Amino acid sequence: MSENSNHHVVSPWIYFTILCALLIGTVVTVLAAKIDLGRMNIVLALLIATIKMTLVILFFMHGKYSPKRTQLVIMAGFFWLAIMLGLTLTDYTTRHLDQPSRGATSPAVSIHRA
Amino acid sequence: MHRTGELYGQYKTLDQQKETATLGMWIFLVTEILFFGGLFLTYTVNRHQFPTAFGVGGNMLDLNLGFANTIVLIASSFTMAMSVWSAQTSKKQFVTIFLILTLILGGVFLGVKVVEYKQKFDHHLIPGHSFDITYCSNNPAACGLSGKDLQDELKEIREGIEAEGGVTGLNAHAQLYFSLYFGMTGLHALHMIVGAGLLLWLILQARKGRFDANYNTPVENIGLYWHFVDIVWIFLFPLLYLINRHLA
Repeated sequence: MSENSNHHVVSPWIYFTILCALLIGTVVTVLAAKIDLGRMNIVLALLIATIKMTLVILFFMHGKYSPKRTQLVIMAGFFWLAIMLGLTLTDYTTRHLDQPSRGATSPAVSIHRA
Repeated sequence: MHRTGELYGQYKTLDQQKETATLGMWIFLVTEILFFGGLFLTYTVNRHQFPTAFGVGGNMLDLNLGFANTIVLIASSFTMAMSVWSAQTSKKQFVTIFLILTLILGGVFLGVKVVEYKQKFDHHLIPGHSFDITYCSNNPAACGLSGKDLQDELKEIREGIEAEGGVTGLNAHAQLYFSLYFGMTGLHALHMIVGAGLLLWLILQARKGRFDANYNTPVENIGLYWHFVDIVWIFLFPLLYLINRHLA
């Protein structure tokens, strides 16, 4: 058990470095959005956001220095989130695979697939 | 109110007591992850079905204001982290200063949000009876649109109408986008308002010199909450503001 881990004081320089990384990430995400990368635009945007989130959790929120029990709770949260998103999307993205088109009510779908 | 840093009977040490409080805070934040997760899921499913209408809606947002607000919120997370550091190192005056800075930055964020909401109201982009995604392209003067911006907007609306099989379809699905925009940013703003209230309480406590190396659990845990709200915005910004920016 690392019971004394709450005594870990993170240096202001680490906080400042993370601040700079987050600001750079924000600029990069805006610049990347202005380039047409097709389907990769959203992938890149989410990748940058996930990196930024990880930095905030590890350093600003002291996840890196937390006891293993707390880290387990954090990871369990994201695991449940992944179940909710993942299983729902497996349904929504495969629901109409057996149909050529969803009809005139939402032509956007056929464009999306083509 | 109990004395600061007092050890309760069920704990062996102050460390154990603090660790328990932080663990509890994280468990609360996990419920918040799933709470916002439901909204992100709704967003994903609808954007997957109506990519064009979502793109048209997203480009109606003010990118500069959204970008500025992202910077403001990240800066406020930094000042929050610094107030935790100040408490841990018993620099009592700095705790108050950094908390006040965090509150000010949070206030700036909410102020910008008010400006954005007002703009959307003026541009007929509030979901409901008067919602009209073509309002700005039909009344460019009212929205301050001219030159290339207007041409881009007209082109986008035209493509949107084509993809959605008519202006009714585009309006319906752009309205869905704006419902999610107001739902998600509104819930986020509500969390910011709650956070501002908590910060105010912390500032009053910090001014009395309550927080130091021995006792700083409230600063730490409200800090966790504040950082969580920052993380939500880190995802909201690209998902809402940057959908189709490469078209413009």
